[in-house]
Amino acid sequence: MNPKRKTRLLIILGLVLGSSIAIGLTLFALEQNINLFYSTSQIVGGEAPKNTRMRMGGMVVENSIKRATDSLQITFKITDYAQEVTVVFTGILPDLFREGQGIIAQGKLDANGVFQADEVLAKHDENYMPPEIAETMKPKPTGVK
Amino acid sequence: MKLKFPRWFYRLASPKWFYEISSKLMPWLALVTTVLMTIGLIWGLVFAPEDYQQGNSFRIIYIHVPAAILAQSCYLFMASAGAIGLIWKIKMAHVMAKSAAPIGASIAVLALATGAIWGKPTWGAWWVWDARLTSMLVLFFLYLGVIALTSAFDNVASSDKAAAVLSLVGVVNIPIIKYSVEWWNTLHQPATFTITAKPAMPAEMWIPLLIMVLSFYSFFALMLFARARIETLQREKRADWVQDLIKNHP
Repeated sequence: MNPKRKTRLLIILGLVLGSSIAIGLTLFALEQNINLFYSTSQIVGGEAPKNTRMRMGGMVVENSIKRATDSLQITFKITDYAQEVTVVFTGILPDLFREGQGIIAQGKLDANGVFQADEVLAKHDENYMPPEIAETMKPKPTGVK
Repeated sequence: MKLKFPRWFYRLASPKWFYEISSKLMPWLALVTTVLMTIGLIWGLVFAPEDYQQGNSFRIIYIHVPAAILAQSCYLFMASAGAIGLIWKIKMAHVMAKSAAPIGASIAVLALATGAIWGKPTWGAWWVWDARLTSMLVLFFLYLGVIALTSAFDNVASSDKAAAVLSLVGVVNIPIIKYSVEWWNTLHQPATFTITAKPAMPAEMWIPLLIMVLSFYSFFALMLFARARIETLQREKRADWVQDLIKNHP
């Protein structure tokens, strides 16, 4: 490579490296703002800001969903397998909302430690499978002959 | 150290050679694109099994994932072409970079739009400012910036240089898009398709997806050639071979 080209190559590598470092440091500094949601442990541990709208993510605990009979209000618990938080929400849930599903709730934590949500989003994982295969992967009920 | 490349490598830099070889390749690319896209779309949208949780709305993956992959690959292609153009002063590299930018921008819009359409029924929201979605939007804006710079100056060489520098600075966004789902808490799920691991879905689902990805790449090459040929003719309009071409095809 002739010296001129080598210089240009070095300048370009420097440019890419320099901008990467600058943006990398910015993202590192803003990490808390980039995270879309807090985990339930962070909320119980007091890491999340109080009295402001925020998002909380976790798995819907099995058998914890309670629906009101006279309104759209629903109460359920979500967990990150360390801490559980109760969520209250009134409105229409996304199709994927179910027990054991990851969800993200947006709202405020009230004085009793109950999360008053005004929006619930469902997360799904990257594993896709046909219904028949999902059926065979379910644990078989025992004691049935 | 003296690098020795095969002869065809040097010929890549010749506008005349590119014009000739691309006219031979384009019908084949058109054929490959049509065949792959027809098979992939019908297989994916009709015959592939539905997802156990999302049902049929999962089928938009057959457009969304190929578009998202191509939007990023196209950016890497554009930035590499820009770097080659800056270092070796190869005119054809800048032609390629300039031709790739509008294609990449359109594909990025397709990825964002299909993502929003998919997000509404499954997540419950068209748009969320999570790291993956935001970095993908930044990719689209980078394309717009590069497109604007390619025609910002009267002097072609200055425009090429400015566009190449911006696309190189923007390269840092590509790893951010890729790893955003691992570095931060996001609503978007991790990648289904990676080079290193087995796909997170059974074969009857990922084979049509792979066909769609290949068809998108082939479509990209076809569009790139079509645009680059016009750009080449415009830039080389004073060259003898272009003048001959005009005389022979009135």
